[in-house]
Amino acid sequence: MTDIARGTVYGTLLNFRGELEALGPRMNEAPYQAPPTAPVLYVKPANAWSENGARIVVPAGVDEVEIGASVAMVMKSATEVAGYVLVNDLSLPQPNFYRPPVKYNCLDGFLAIGDRVRARNEAGDPAVFELKVRVNGELKQTVRFSNLVRPADKLLADVGAFMTLGPGDMLMLGCDTPRPRARAGDTIEITMPALGTLSNTLVAEAA
Amino acid sequence: MKHARVMLGGRIHNAVEKDGQLLLEDKRLVGEDAVTWLPPLPPTGRPRTILALGLNYADHAKELAFGKAPEEPLVFLKGERSLNGHRQFTKRPDDATFMHYECELAVVIGRTAKKVQRDDAYDFVGGYTVANDYAIRDYLENWYRPNLRVKNRDGATPLGPWLVDARDIPDPMALALRTTVNGQVTQQGNTKDMIFDVPFLIEYFSRFMTLHPGDLILTGTPDGVADCRKGDVVVTEIEGLGALVNTIQ
Repeated sequence: MTDIARGTVYGTLLNFRGELEALGPRMNEAPYQAPPTAPVLYVKPANAWSENGARIVVPAGVDEVEIGASVAMVMKSATEVAGYVLVNDLSLPQPNFYRPPVKYNCLDGFLAIGDRVRARNEAGDPAVFELKVRVNGELKQTVRFSNLVRPADKLLADVGAFMTLGPGDMLMLGCDTPRPRARAGDTIEITMPALGTLSNTLVAEAA
Repeated sequence: MKHARVMLGGRIHNAVEKDGQLLLEDKRLVGEDAVTWLPPLPPTGRPRTILALGLNYADHAKELAFGKAPEEPLVFLKGERSLNGHRQFTKRPDDATFMHYECELAVVIGRTAKKVQRDDAYDFVGGYTVANDYAIRDYLENWYRPNLRVKNRDGATPLGPWLVDARDIPDPMALALRTTVNGQVTQQGNTKDMIFDVPFLIEYFSRFMTLHPGDLILTGTPDGVADCRKGDVVVTEIEGLGALVNTIQ
């Protein structure tokens, strides 16, 4: 598993029921017009990758960032999952889902990826995954993956219907709402017993 | 120089253009149709970032009924499996009613670019090529639009034929673009009509994300996109860069 080079990392929007509930009737209003029928994905490019323990730079002028705590499937092939890994999909807060939020989402270091990838036989059934998010030691969010709109296998199948994933590619299961916030100086820890801890400290951009 | 990356005899070869043919690294001179063309990009250690612009030509924005042009680049990303080589095939889904080509100038980054000023932007370009950023409009939805179901389909973004060295293209902002379908001209334009030009885009992106060698910027398409059907031969051509051939299947 660790021999497979990391491929493209994809994130998934609106895969938690809470995200749909938070939007409510707005999903049917302009500019959205209707809820999505296909999975809504985005790319987190390689410049965004941070490792466990890395310091992540918050650009000057940015007050807070949003923590996108999730689990990603690491692919062994187009359809087989090699294992699961913790991720912190950071973003600058912005409320709009119409256009891809590239300048809020694709900043250097804004995707922390855990160093423990575990297959299903060790990690367990993703349907019962539960992770916790702490900022400076204080619990800020508990994410229960039983709340997914598309469970892992269904997400994979529906994504596979229009694009083929390859070895090393990663597909995040999604981020629940509301996303906790953090600022420069904070240490964020995302934990799940089988997948360990993903810890990163935010630092202010050097002047 | 014009560089290509091709497969012949089960192996990948780097090649350069010579007298309308391909001069392989092993010194063989072969014809265009003797090889399988790959996207003309040297492999990168990490997945390359592929940025693509929407609505970057004023006429095309009108064509898609978006009214006025955007004030900020409309950009999306795609993965590498969307790329395809010259003289290849792109699948049109059976249920599609509107699948159109998009002839685009593609910029290949040559040096790591972070917080680059527009006056220095060309120093960071490695070369240029042609892209055809096909879109299947039936699948468009209004969440992170255009979505990956439209823009990240396997092999639906042909690229090539050549990677042309940046120094061979003194003014990328004055290149004629043209698309033909089965030999009929269906799209014409010029890169001078881009809303956000290449130096602007490099400055804009490198301000918030570091661009690495091998990263791509597909700079949008002008007016004149049209539906293409199975069997259509679509040629997207840019002055000085070559003609990228693709067949819809």
